[in-house]
Amino acid sequence: MSARGNILGRLRHAAADALPAPDVGNWYATHQRNEGTSQRIARLRDALESVHTEVHVTTDTDWPDLLLQIAQTKGLHTLLIGDNTPHGALLEARNPQNLQLVRYDVPVEFIRDKLFNKIDASLTIARSAIAETGTLILWPDASEPRLMSLVPPLHFVLLDPTTIHADFYSAITTEGWTDKLPTNALLISGPSKTADIQQTLAYGAHGPRELIVLLCHRKGVLA
Amino acid sequence: MSEVIHFHPDDAFKERSHNAVNDPGQRQNFRGAMDFLQAKRRTQFPDQDELAGLRSLGETIRRYSLARLPQLLEQLEHNLTANGIQVHWAENADEANAIALEIARKHKAHTIAKGKSMVSEEIGFNHAMADAGIDAFETDMGEYIVELAGEKPSHIIMPAIHKTKQEIAALFAAKIPGVDYTEDVDELIKIGRQVLRRKFAEADIGLSGVNFAVAETGTLCLVENEGNGRMCTTVPKVHIAVTGIEKVVEKLDHVLPLYSLLTRSATGQSITTYFNMISRPRQQGERDGPDEVHLILLDNGRSQAYADEQLRATLQCIRCGACMNHCPVYARIGGHAYGTTYPGPIGAIVSPHMLGLDATYPLAFASTLCGACAEVCPVRIPITDILVRLRNEAQARPGSADASLRGSGAGRTSLSTVIWKVWSLIYSRLRIYRITSWFMSRGHALSPTDQGAWTRCRTPLQPAPKRLRDLLKERKG
Repeated sequence: MSARGNILGRLRHAAADALPAPDVGNWYATHQRNEGTSQRIARLRDALESVHTEVHVTTDTDWPDLLLQIAQTKGLHTLLIGDNTPHGALLEARNPQNLQLVRYDVPVEFIRDKLFNKIDASLTIARSAIAETGTLILWPDASEPRLMSLVPPLHFVLLDPTTIHADFYSAITTEGWTDKLPTNALLISGPSKTADIQQTLAYGAHGPRELIVLLCHRKGVLA
Repeated sequence: MSEVIHFHPDDAFKERSHNAVNDPGQRQNFRGAMDFLQAKRRTQFPDQDELAGLRSLGETIRRYSLARLPQLLEQLEHNLTANGIQVHWAENADEANAIALEIARKHKAHTIAKGKSMVSEEIGFNHAMADAGIDAFETDMGEYIVELAGEKPSHIIMPAIHKTKQEIAALFAAKIPGVDYTEDVDELIKIGRQVLRRKFAEADIGLSGVNFAVAETGTLCLVENEGNGRMCTTVPKVHIAVTGIEKVVEKLDHVLPLYSLLTRSATGQSITTYFNMISRPRQQGERDGPDEVHLILLDNGRSQAYADEQLRATLQCIRCGACMNHCPVYARIGGHAYGTTYPGPIGAIVSPHMLGLDATYPLAFASTLCGACAEVCPVRIPITDILVRLRNEAQARPGSADASLRGSGAGRTSLSTVIWKVWSLIYSRLRIYRITSWFMSRGHALSPTDQGAWTRCRTPLQPAPKRLRDLLKERKG
């Protein structure tokens, strides 16, 4: 018989008694905080800043100027942007002189070397966030591929503050994740880090050394 | 790596333990690390009621998942396959390695970038690949350090916990061309990052473990801080995930309490930097990610644990390492002395199913049964009860009803058999008990001063000069 048949056969033979299903929803319902958006923003910000993340408050129309200003301060020369994204277009419309905008518009096989060695930073949008743990939720796709939030040493993230959930449970239930999970869903809570050498915390292990969140309050509607 | 390290706790366990407790440097490293991790965990659970409730929920989820394990594995397989992920089943380490090798050969792979995976350590993945001429290299910083040193991880979460930064500085200077000695941790991490970035970009295959597999959505969840796991699962054209069959849960929301318990118990973090949920290979139009994703479901003795109602609780483990962080024995002898992939209390109860009780039974005795491990276990595994059960299994008469595991009875010796038979005789016959206890109390001064291991650091045991029975008689009189 196949390994599959053997393994499943042994497990079935053991015949464990059925147990009642856990009620995860009840746990989160009884531990829910009674808080508004501003309190969630404050909690998210505190949690993100505690793990070496810069959080800037801006608006959905002013953020490109802020980003370009930060890029200049940090001496960035190249910024990776998505392909055909509204926010990428907004940045391109500024036609920045000292920051080269590079579109991730081809398969990684064609830009691997550039991606790993010649890009200073990237810009992506967060789908939503989790206040409790200071977490950004990204669902990479064809326009904003997975490696954008991983390979460049600095990662800018745009976040609409109205999309901040209290906890992970609210995020998956409100957004209905079960029926539509993408190829890759990501939770990002700070820049890449390690404490593998004598428990000393160091940032920038393999992913970005810096994470910068631009909290874009709506003046109109965030692109 | 040139030397194959054979990991079996055989007779050398006592010798390794002895050497470890007599190594003040290592003792200091482990003590410091354990104090650090215990303090970090404490800060995450200021509310004891919340902790108790969450642990109960975690236990319920794990027990529920195990109760439905065969159905959930089939559901997982069905949904992963529908999502385009190829599922393989392996009974043991050899089969798992053979499956990976076949995939590697199909893709003419020369290099495999490995994210942190204890299951890959369990199956000796790197050596199996090396034997076939494939370079499987570690990318987790801690794993990279121990690989560079030709060692094995000494902790399941922090593999290089036994090393000081001075030792790592010397290692990097000696083994990485063009690197000068530096004790600056940021600099050391930067060096590791540079070396591994080059290798990520060129790797043919990425290998990872799995922290949770969600049956209802066909999703593999990976927990990490460094980003090397994301590199391994995104950059190469092929991703192979390897996991034990027990890691499956039914619902997506079942993952949430377990993830929270895992990070808070393991490293005292409210969450890790990355939670990576993979449901498909690269889809049309997507610009990165692997074209092929494979999952290898490994048994390797787990179904033996599953077959026994008490031992099934072993499979509740979410591999947080809190039991070892709080174990007085692990803190003193460190991870390598155990000689198994999984050290500490969890290693003592899970390894017998993987390697046989004959090769691992001394580990069940390397415990004071203080209960610290069970007290901190986020999914309430009754570790001490299982340790006692394994001790009994080690002494069981082969072929008897008490001997239900591979290697049961391996700790049984003729001397111990005779001693327990005599003991049983004395304690089950009143007359013989009275006569024996009379002689023992009268002759208490004749007790030997050398009582083996007991008297190495304790005063000799002596029967009381008067039996309880005698004392009561005197009182009445």
